[in-house]
Amino acid sequence: MPVSSTIEPAVRVETKRQPLPPREHLEAVFEIRDLTAVYGSKPALKGVTMEVYKHLVTAVIGPSGCGKSTFIRCLNRMNDLVPHFRQSGTIRYHGQDISGREVDPVAVRRTIGMVFQRPNPFPKSIYENVAWGLRVLGMKDNLSERVERALTRAALWDEVKDRLKASALSLSGGQQQRLCIARALAVEPDVVLMDEPASALDPIATQAIEQLLHELKREYSFVIVTHNMQQAARVADMTAFFSISQGAEGGRWGELVEYDTTEKIFTAPADPRTEDYVTGRFG
Amino acid sequence: MSTFDATGISARRPVTGRRVRPGDLLLQVVAGLAALAAIGLVALIAYKVVDGARLSLSTFGLRFLVHSNWDPVHGRFGAAQFLGDTVVTSFGALVLATPLALGIGLFLSELAPTWVRGPVTALVETLAAIPSVVIGLWGIIVLGPLLRDHVDPALHAALGFVPLFGPASGGSNVFTAMVVLAIMILPIISSISRELFLGVPVELKEAALGLGATRWEMVRGVVFPYARGGVAAAMILGLGRAVGEAIATAQVIGAFDNGFSWNLFNPGETLASKIALDFLGATTKLEISSLFYLALILLVFSLVVNLVAQWIVRRVSRRQGLR
Amino acid sequence: MELLAWLAAAVAVGILGVVVWSVAKRGASELNLDLLTKTPVQFAIGNVKQGLANAFVGSIVLVGLATAMALPFGILIAVYLVEFARASVKNGASLVLDVLNGIPSIVIAIFVFGLLVVGHGQSGLAGSFALATLMLPLVARATMEVLALVPDSLREASLALGVPRWRTTLGVVLPQTIGGIMTGTVLAVARIAGETAPLLFTSSVAGTSVLWNPTQPLQSVPLSIFQLSESPVPADHARAWAAALVLLLFILCVSLAARWLATRSRRKLGRAGR
Repeated sequence: MPVSSTIEPAVRVETKRQPLPPREHLEAVFEIRDLTAVYGSKPALKGVTMEVYKHLVTAVIGPSGCGKSTFIRCLNRMNDLVPHFRQSGTIRYHGQDISGREVDPVAVRRTIGMVFQRPNPFPKSIYENVAWGLRVLGMKDNLSERVERALTRAALWDEVKDRLKASALSLSGGQQQRLCIARALAVEPDVVLMDEPASALDPIATQAIEQLLHELKREYSFVIVTHNMQQAARVADMTAFFSISQGAEGGRWGELVEYDTTEKIFTAPADPRTEDYVTGRFG
Repeated sequence: MSTFDATGISARRPVTGRRVRPGDLLLQVVAGLAALAAIGLVALIAYKVVDGARLSLSTFGLRFLVHSNWDPVHGRFGAAQFLGDTVVTSFGALVLATPLALGIGLFLSELAPTWVRGPVTALVETLAAIPSVVIGLWGIIVLGPLLRDHVDPALHAALGFVPLFGPASGGSNVFTAMVVLAIMILPIISSISRELFLGVPVELKEAALGLGATRWEMVRGVVFPYARGGVAAAMILGLGRAVGEAIATAQVIGAFDNGFSWNLFNPGETLASKIALDFLGATTKLEISSLFYLALILLVFSLVVNLVAQWIVRRVSRRQGLR
Repeated sequence: MELLAWLAAAVAVGILGVVVWSVAKRGASELNLDLLTKTPVQFAIGNVKQGLANAFVGSIVLVGLATAMALPFGILIAVYLVEFARASVKNGASLVLDVLNGIPSIVIAIFVFGLLVVGHGQSGLAGSFALATLMLPLVARATMEVLALVPDSLREASLALGVPRWRTTLGVVLPQTIGGIMTGTVLAVARIAGETAPLLFTSSVAGTSVLWNPTQPLQSVPLSIFQLSESPVPADHARAWAAALVLLLFILCVSLAARWLATRSRRKLGRAGR
């Protein structure tokens, strides 16, 4: 199938970001091989194979129902909480397989953090939201400093430093989401997974979160699921496009279609399905 | 010009290791044991009651249910008269209470102006909160004499040809117990009915009214049929409550165990009141065991009532889910 | 037809009014401090001052012990069923709890008699156990309802941090439910404070002196009312009314407290849901 070498994307990719070194020089945080996920008898993902690289923002895009959330939740074993969930294939994190049954999901989640679509701060004070996790995980030394550092990294410190004892629920939606980010960062994860972190927020709050990603990827690695192509184009270094495949008997599941640098995905995708999606022809 | 750290590092924290945390295990086990103990408790109740009734069961078997003697001196026991009085008082209470309760439920859900609903609902709930012993006290001192002096003779005079309304004597009789029980189960049926009526979808009611039906026709044609199942369950729960009530019944029913009579104005005894009044004074093993047998009948009955009410509720909500 | 409904409501309100009025009027006239401070006198002649102090103290001990027995038990059951159990187990156990709730209190009385009184004699502990058996399904059900109200997103937030399950339940989920648990418990207390049947065979042969020791049978207010109501002596009836008034006032205050607690915790949960 002839594919034009450059296309008119529906989305403008910022080209002023630095070009990435070739992939062989990048360090992989995750190596995912042939990941298949099933809820009971319904398949959700089949045969996903890709890497996630350190200190990059990796976006996962695709139409609704293509398994983006399922995929990201496999990375920190959150799918274990869903009854009748089974997965096969391997996920290697810094070389260690974290997908097996003998792996302790709690330990996994301590180094791979997650921020959710709807802000879900604890009904505690702002300070306690960040401090509680630190206490439980045994990082009690210099507690106040750690809390301040986390809130600063999440660009929230200046706004809340005078009311740390106030209830977290008194913050605006955007502030609550940044608090959730601070909470996740406080326990010093290696990777932060984000499942549509800005979809419940207004544009200004969204912009604040995207700005955070630019600054924080120096210290962490991010995987972000987004249904918003423009957002992926703005923040992501690498982009993975998932789409829905249909089987002979009518079953539907998600598959990784294409995974490349954001620029390539949006300007010269190799797969026609990717091209259809990013040019807005469907999805 | 790479700004990326490409040197390999090992993960800062190992991720393989112990699968189950002791804290999780402890919580799950302790909580699980509690749940198991609750189920065990119910089984233990059933066991203890059956065990206590064993002597009487083996002596009388099922004839116990049809014989009417209760003779501790000669060791002859039968539950028939108490079954009879229990049925009469409970069903009678249901007959008295249900129309009133439905009326109140309707009143509070459809007809009352909003400023009245709150206070009246609170009042009905207060009635539900009054302990049975207090209602029984009121029954002995206020209701009993009132019925004895004014209502019983009047009913006998007007309807004496019906065996139910025979000659009246004292204030403590089956009829008084019936009225007391009706007062006690009224709040249960009315609050459940009220919620059911409130739960009828507005669209259905508007459809009927839009066709030109009067308010009463709408209630009769839409609200009642929709709530029918739930009201049946409420009535069954009320029945269960009336059957199981020992104290208030014991206070006003007159403690008479020399046979069953259809005359509502005669004293009598129900299963529950018999146990309440006689248990501490029981002397022979057979008498005690027979009282346990009465308790067994009550236990089986309450189980059936509960399961039937649950079944109705499940069937109704399934059907309504489809609507 | 509407008229009939109005009539029904009027009758109900009327009945309630009559009962409450009787209790209030007759009880108030007999209400005096003696009721709370003096103990009953056997075979009283003339106008000997007596009261029901032993019953009030006994009720406090009985209800207090029953709550101490039922509350932790009920909370643990609810935690297991909502946080850990599969749906089938949860439904089955809920059914069992409903069955327990529906067992007539006189049957519970005879059960506890067979379990704890035979061979040991009556005691306040046996009476409390019987009351606790009545409280258990109420507390468990109230706790289950409040636990279910805690949104899953809160549990996910904690688990995603790498906090183990038990810390999540104890540190995030349960604190949210305290208001609802208190409300449910207070309502259950109001319920069992007036229960007579469970105490009839387990804690009824108490003497007239004020006792705090639960290893002995303890007198209780509802039982006193019952015994006094059966007596032929009019003075006994008067004391029964007074005790009934105190009991009713207690139950009403407790129910109001529960309602206030409920609105307060609903307001708090409402903020959490935003």
